[in-house]
Parts: sequence; C-alpha cells; structure tokens
Amino acid sequence: MAEIQVDVQARRFQERIDAEVRIEPKDWMPDAYRKTLIRQISQHAHSEIIGMQPEGGWITRAPSLRRKLILLSKVQDEGGHGLYLYSAAETLGASRASMIDALHSGRAKYSSIFNYPALTWADIGAIGWLVDSAAIVNQVPLQRCSFGPYARAMVRICKEESFHQRQGYEIMYTLATGSADQKAMAQDALNRWWWPSLMMFGPSDADSAHSSQSMAWKIKRFSNDELRQKFIDQAVPQADILGLEVPDTELAWDEQTQHYRYGAIDWDEFNRVVRGDGPCNRQRLAEHKRVHEAGAWVREAVVAYDRKHQDQSDV
Amino acid sequence: MSLLSAVVGLADDALVLGHRLSEWCGKAPFLEEDLAMANTALDLLGRARLLYGHAEKLGGSNEDEYAFLRDAPDFTNLLIYELPASDFATAYARQLLIDVFDELYFDALQGSQDDTLAGIAAKSYKEAVYHVRHSSAWLLRLGDGTDESHARMQQALEDVWGYHLELFENPSADVSLVANGALPDRAVLKAAWSERVRELVERATLTVPAGNWSVAGGRTGVHTEHLGFLLAEMQHLPRTYPGVNW
Ligand SMILES: [Fe+2]
Ligand SMILES: [Fe+2]
Repeated sequence: MAEIQVDVQARRFQERIDAEVRIEPKDWMPDAYRKTLIRQISQHAHSEIIGMQPEGGWITRAPSLRRKLILLSKVQDEGGHGLYLYSAAETLGASRASMIDALHSGRAKYSSIFNYPALTWADIGAIGWLVDSAAIVNQVPLQRCSFGPYARAMVRICKEESFHQRQGYEIMYTLATGSADQKAMAQDALNRWWWPSLMMFGPSDADSAHSSQSMAWKIKRFSNDELRQKFIDQAVPQADILGLEVPDTELAWDEQTQHYRYGAIDWDEFNRVVRGDGPCNRQRLAEHKRVHEAGAWVREAVVAYDRKHQDQSDV
Repeated sequence: MSLLSAVVGLADDALVLGHRLSEWCGKAPFLEEDLAMANTALDLLGRARLLYGHAEKLGGSNEDEYAFLRDAPDFTNLLIYELPASDFATAYARQLLIDVFDELYFDALQGSQDDTLAGIAAKSYKEAVYHVRHSSAWLLRLGDGTDESHARMQQALEDVWGYHLELFENPSADVSLVANGALPDRAVLKAAWSERVRELVERATLTVPAGNWSVAGGRTGVHTEHLGFLLAEMQHLPRTYPGVNW
C-alpha cells in the first residue's frame, strides 16, 4: 500500500516537472532529487566562496582606485551569490554548518577552476572574461531549473554575472591594447586560463555521471558538451577582438556545423585537479579552514550575546 | 593651498582605512559580515575618490597619482587609519572610534563654506550613521558576548586608544580654514565624542581605557612602520609598469 502511494507521488512529481511546474521546498519530492539538489547547490555555493580567494588576493594590489573598487564589489557579489545559494540549499534541510563541514572534510567539491593560481593582474581580467562567461553559460539555463529557490537564486545571480564578465573583458582589452608588457601579460593569462575554463563544463557527455537523471528532472537542460560549445563560440570572436591568440592549434570555424572545432581536452589533468592535485587545492581549502577557525570565537560571542539578551527580554 | 592639503588629508584617511577593510574580503567570521565589511570598505574608497577628485580641481594631482605614486612621508592620513587589524576585535575597536568621530565630523562639515566639500560631507555623514550602527553592534556583542570576546575587545580598545587623540588636533595649516568656516574645529568635537564612546563602551560592559598614552604625526607625514608595507603592496603594479593605463 505504502509503495503504491510512493509510486503515485513519484508519478505526479514527474508529471509536474514535465509540465514545467516549479517544485517548492514544501512539496513532496523523491529523496534522490533532494540529495542531488543539495549536492549541486551546495557545491555551487562553495565554488562562489572558494572563488573569492584568487580574485580577493588582488584587491589590495589593484593598479588603480577605479579597478580596486570594481574588483572589491565583484568579489563581494560572489560572496552574495554564495549566500543566496546556501539559503536555497537550506530550504531542502541542509544546514550551512553541515555544508561547510562537508567542504572541509572533502565530501563536497567546488569548481576545479579555482584550484588554479591568479599570478598576475591579467589573470583578474581572464577570470572575469572567461570564468564568469563560462559561469553565465552554465547558469542561464538554471534560471529555468525545476526547483524554485535554485531557479530564483539564479535569476539574481545572472544579472550580476554579466557585470563581472564585462569588467574582466575590459581589463583584458586595456591590457591587450596597452604596452608590450601588458599585452604579453594578457596573452599569458589567456594561455593559462583557456583550457581550465573549457573544463568548467565537466566531462564529455559520454563520461558524465549525473547527466541523464538531472535532465529528466529538469535540473539540467543542456549537456556538458553543448554548453562548452556555446562558450567557445562566444569566446573565440572576443579573443579575436583583443588580438590575442587562443592556445589551441586545432581551433577552426566549421562552416558546415556553424560552430568552432576545437582540440582535445586534457581530461587527465582535469581528473588530477578534481582528485586534489591541482596547483592550489591544498592552499584553497587550508585558507577556508583557517578563516573559519579564526572566526569561531566571534560566532560564539554572537550566540552568547543573543542568548543573554533573549533571556532578558523573556523576564 | 591649505584647503588642498586638508582635502588630501581627508582623502588619505579614507583610502588607507578603506584599504585596511578591503583586506578582510573573504576573511570575516561569517559570510554576512564579509559582505558588511566590504560595504564599509566600498563607502570609504568611494569617499577617497570623491575627495581626491576635489583635490585635483583645487590644483592637485589625479587620484591615482595620489594613491600610487607617493611615498609614505607624503601621505597625511592620521595614524589610527593605517594601523593593521587582522584581528576582528582590533578591526572593530578602531572602526568604532573612527565611525563615531566621522558621524560628528561629517555632520559639521556639511556646513562647510566649500560647496563641494559640503556635498561630500552630506554623503559621508549618511554613511557614517550607518557605520556607527554596525560597529557599535559589534562592540556590544563582543563586549557582552563570551569571556574570551570580552577580553579580546577590551585588549583591542587598549591597543588603539592612544591613537584617538590625533583625531581632535587641528593641523596648524588648517587654523585659518577653521576660522573662515571651510572646515569644522576638530577640538570642539572631542567632548561629544568622549561622551558617546564612554556610553557605548560601558553599555558593552567594557571599560574606557585609562588613556595615559598617545601617538601622533600622520598629518605631518610621520607614520607608523605599517604604512610602508601597505603602500608596497598597494603600489607595486603602477611602480613596476610606470606610465601605462590599467
Ligand atoms: Fe558568482
Ligand atoms: Fe561572477
């Protein structure tokens, strides 16, 4: 009897999804749907937060006051994105403390791109241009994700991402049209960030572990390879305008498909970085833990203060 | 000439403190506070840009020349703004003393005979009211939180206390500007500041430091050792690649 009940609920759930009806936190949902979303949304949140590190390191070194202000508000936005996303995951019953714990223990991942170092000012341009572009390509379809709170968080986030992309491209443009040193700095940054940006879309469709179920649930609407192609088709003409060279000798426009063909992605490198052997994996996680532990006494003080003053208002 | 140097001094104050707060980005005890510290940093950096812009119109250099191409002795910010604060209690002890001062100072500066300065003051005053609300909430929560937070906040107040007197000194160059109504008299603000700070500190179950020491020198370019390190980090790109656009 109970099983039949679940079957009926599961069928109704899928019918609502197929009819493009948004699922809200109080609605019935299969456990696996809930788990998939908690995993995806919390990892997305962690990516926003860990992503503050490579760019955050350049706020105190930004080369003009205007750039300093723009970068600070950009990195602040990423923190805000993390906050919206943690809140969206909380509606599914995951606490922020448990999500941070999963990050620290290595159970939860974050986007591998942030395990690469930001070595020069041009990297701030390349990150904004390429990494935020890739984020936009990934996130635009998520605005129509079947889970309401995630979809709504994405609407707010996407508005801000286009400003991030523009500030990054503007930095690249300024460098690429500047002195020889600046242009070399811009080319070097493109060389280092191009392939990791392509990897942001995840493994090829044939090797992707979570794709087909997520498609059926309308958490995902396009395959990894489709999104990657979209990104490449946008980014290559932008690189041309900059007068910079995309570091892929096989890159060519294909008249027949109306898309760019591109060279083989080094999936060994991708897997190595995901497993924890990228240039900055240890540094990023250690820094997050250090900051979290350094703030523990402050968070305890907030709890103690609220408790005392709660008691007083009870009297 | 002296209005120009007074405006640059105020701009340096805002830049150096905004820079210090920006060092906290990604490092606050929790996410909401991270965003709040960045907001205050953005207010201060924005204020610095307005003030440098005014300085340029008064015949000075442009904002990036002021920020990136002067050495420490040419900066005229007061010392309290440049102190390092990688400890949260120190950051908010300093912030509270400055925010309370800013609220009084920019309120008074709104009446400046210099219209541009009065306009910048009006914006800064609104921000300062909000900043005081935030930093005094931290004073209360840390002072009246746990034993540890109480001890840390008391120590932080002791550590920054000797730098507050400089806020109330009128540089000799400013005396005529005060007389003709371009700038408020800093000395006059001290009584209201002391009263407000005493009231907040006591409400936070903390003790006002005894105050038997003081350090000054910022307006004449005699800084702490810390400013040089701040500038080395902040200025390294424009110094390494001179004369280019960013
Ligand atoms: Fe973001
Ligand atoms: Fe972004």
